[in-house]
Amino acid sequence: MSSIAIPHAGDHGHDAHEHHHETFLTKYIFSQDHKMIAKQFLITGIIMAFFAMFLSILFRIQLAWPEKDFPILEVFLGKWAEGGRIRPDFFLSLVTIHGTIMVFFVLTAGLSGTFSNLLIPLQLGARDMASPFMNMLSYWLFFSACVVMISSFFVESGPASAGWTIYPPLSALPQAIPGSGTGMTLWLASMVLFIASQVMGGINYISTVLNMRTKGMSLWRMPLTIWAVFLTAIVGLLSFPVLVSAVVLLIFDRSMGTSFYLSDIIIGGQILPNEGGSPILFQHLFWFLGHPEVYIVLMPALGLTSEVIATNSRKPIFGYHAMVYSLIGITVLSFIVWGHHMFVTGMNPFLGGVFMITTLIIAVPSAVKTFNYLATLWRGNIKFTPAMLFAIGLVSFFISGGLTGIFLGNSALDINLHDTYFVVAHFHLVMGSASICGMLCGVYHWYPKMFGRMMNDKLGYLHFWMTFIGAYLVFFPMHFMGIDGVPRRYYSFTNFPFMQEWLTVNVFVTWAAIIAGLGQVAFLFNFFYSIWFGKKATQNPWKSNTLEWTTPVEHLHGNWPGEIPTVYRWPYDYSKPGHEDDFIPQTVPFSETMSSNLPHDFEGDAVAEQIQREWDKEHGVERELHH
Amino acid sequence: MSTTVSQLDQVKSGPWNGGRSPFAMEYGKIMMWFFLVSDAFTFSAFLIYYGAQRFAQVTWPNPDDVFQSIPGIADHGYPLVFVGIMTFILIMSSVTMVLAVEAGHRNSKKEVVGWMVATIIGGLMFLGCQALEWSHLHHEGYWWGTIPTHYEGIDKLGAQQFANLFFTITGFHGFHVTTGVIINIIILFMTMANVFEKRGTYLMIEKVGLYWHFVDLVWVFVFTFFYLV
Repeated sequence: MSSIAIPHAGDHGHDAHEHHHETFLTKYIFSQDHKMIAKQFLITGIIMAFFAMFLSILFRIQLAWPEKDFPILEVFLGKWAEGGRIRPDFFLSLVTIHGTIMVFFVLTAGLSGTFSNLLIPLQLGARDMASPFMNMLSYWLFFSACVVMISSFFVESGPASAGWTIYPPLSALPQAIPGSGTGMTLWLASMVLFIASQVMGGINYISTVLNMRTKGMSLWRMPLTIWAVFLTAIVGLLSFPVLVSAVVLLIFDRSMGTSFYLSDIIIGGQILPNEGGSPILFQHLFWFLGHPEVYIVLMPALGLTSEVIATNSRKPIFGYHAMVYSLIGITVLSFIVWGHHMFVTGMNPFLGGVFMITTLIIAVPSAVKTFNYLATLWRGNIKFTPAMLFAIGLVSFFISGGLTGIFLGNSALDINLHDTYFVVAHFHLVMGSASICGMLCGVYHWYPKMFGRMMNDKLGYLHFWMTFIGAYLVFFPMHFMGIDGVPRRYYSFTNFPFMQEWLTVNVFVTWAAIIAGLGQVAFLFNFFYSIWFGKKATQNPWKSNTLEWTTPVEHLHGNWPGEIPTVYRWPYDYSKPGHEDDFIPQTVPFSETMSSNLPHDFEGDAVAEQIQREWDKEHGVERELHH
Repeated sequence: MSTTVSQLDQVKSGPWNGGRSPFAMEYGKIMMWFFLVSDAFTFSAFLIYYGAQRFAQVTWPNPDDVFQSIPGIADHGYPLVFVGIMTFILIMSSVTMVLAVEAGHRNSKKEVVGWMVATIIGGLMFLGCQALEWSHLHHEGYWWGTIPTHYEGIDKLGAQQFANLFFTITGFHGFHVTTGVIINIIILFMTMANVFEKRGTYLMIEKVGLYWHFVDLVWVFVFTFFYLV
């Protein structure tokens, strides 16, 4: 296809000139190039993910063998695992930091940070983000947040341990649990840095999408990835500031003697002076962020998957407009469902009913998306690349985890299921596994764009199957534990007779988790090995339509040598009848594809339709011309 | 052939068809607007918390009784006079900011510098007033976690929450004013160093102006909640 060729592709001297005064520091560390910042987000996210995964293996060991000593644990955990057994309060720290890192640092910053930065300028045809400097600042604030969060493992009282939702009074009172001492302070400081990073990133993403699309790139020609990260940025921008308020009030409760969240507390026989506050108000503020946060995690994954599924089914995405409207629906609804986390706080049952209805309505856009994925796959010419497998994995987890959301969203059923392993199973499938599949799908698919080399397919398949089967083996049994009433976050199952029968299941789940964890090593090796030794990538390895594949394999600042390409069509012209190839990039003008143009391509331009009709008549092509 | 081809490949040139900003607005201004929306949510969360607390308590201190002093002039007997002065100062600083922006549109460096200096002085005066008021209240016994001894029985609870919220929320607003003053000073120096003169546009004044007006607007809400109702 000659039309993929970029105008002035030979004009290299000019760009080389722009580059030669870059130092190691400005190129790799304090880079303002969106592609480098994306890689920084990704690699930091991967490191954090492995750290958090390691924490989960530690607490899984405790859950499976609560009566056994593992002297090796004492070697590197010291007093937190005296005699080779993890201490109860450290167990709670492990659960807390595992959740915090996975939700915020991996699936929010690692996912959005990587793919918003990489794809917004590349898929929209921009030289860089609106403000490259703020973009750099956003990464470094995120990095500092990571450092502060991990540093809490090096303070004497240990990391925060009130759960990733840090409910007061537990999180507000250092005398309640060691983790609510310095560890909690560090958690709050880290989160403030993190939110600053998110806000800077978010306003950058939004203004780039609004302002810097290339010629012809109208909103309805944007790839679904861009729609997803755009709406995600809006959700983040409106919900994270509310967490700032919640955190500020909590900081005052912890260190200034206020009673925003505290009242009527007796601890260790001592009556605290705090009166008049309400811990429920913290939950309202927290979940006003916390629920939209679930969609901040999920929506980018859905966007990446939409792109990968369409490309690798060699079919246009089914229901492009419906996909966009359901993303918008999820965006709006995400702000009015937070109460479903609080059904058992003594909430007015009528209000609970309202939240139940809004929650169940979210099933509608979610189902629209699911069926559109399935319809896109249906009778497609499917290419089973590792990225495609992970995309299909997302669809699977989204269905199996989403269905249990309907149970939990019901305010009556939730009385039984609240805070049990059923909840753990639900969110680990629908937002944990689904989102991580989306993220991995993105990594495999856009790896050639990021590093100019291909990842190894065989290792990719191994990684996928170990992850996919592993995740189901880990989380599926938890549904049944939850239905039996086993509460989450309990340290030891041996102290409660009704829970003892679940010990064998715990052993099974822990082994599944260890094996799935080992599967991630295949990814880690593949990822870093391929950076230097992978097969060299071609310009458009997946035969994809979107703009990022028209940029040269060798990165250059400003993305396109010469002029930025103009966009003539939507991004999903795969297997268009009448065209010789099974894809037509967005940069190909209609005049070069006379044999496959359809009347609605011209968006109501009567003259163009007339020209097409005459061409058809001349060439004896019969086409349905009314729409 | 060439005319027919160009007809087929014509790219629409509407505001939303790419290749331009749909609002004909520079990216920095859009970013500032979105930041302000985001910040509005922070303050809304505080004020909603305030409302929830106030409705939950049986009694709440009467602002006419709490805010009676004019520091340095009278200890009591002038309800809301001092805060009225503070509010007037802050709103006047918004007026001078508007004049700075307007001077920027005319590329008149000298006037921009003058009005920016006036705005900065207004901001500093407001912060000074706030410091005086805080220290007066502190002197009377109000602080985070403490209230004057004259509150008794059921009144103590509301008074305590009033004090906690007053210092937290006006403090958070004061922090925003402080940031605004610092930004204004930076912009003032940039103006004097001819940065905008060389750039050919004083758009930056407009952007910090947006922030400054936002901080004023937030004060109007804080003022209403703590002093009026």
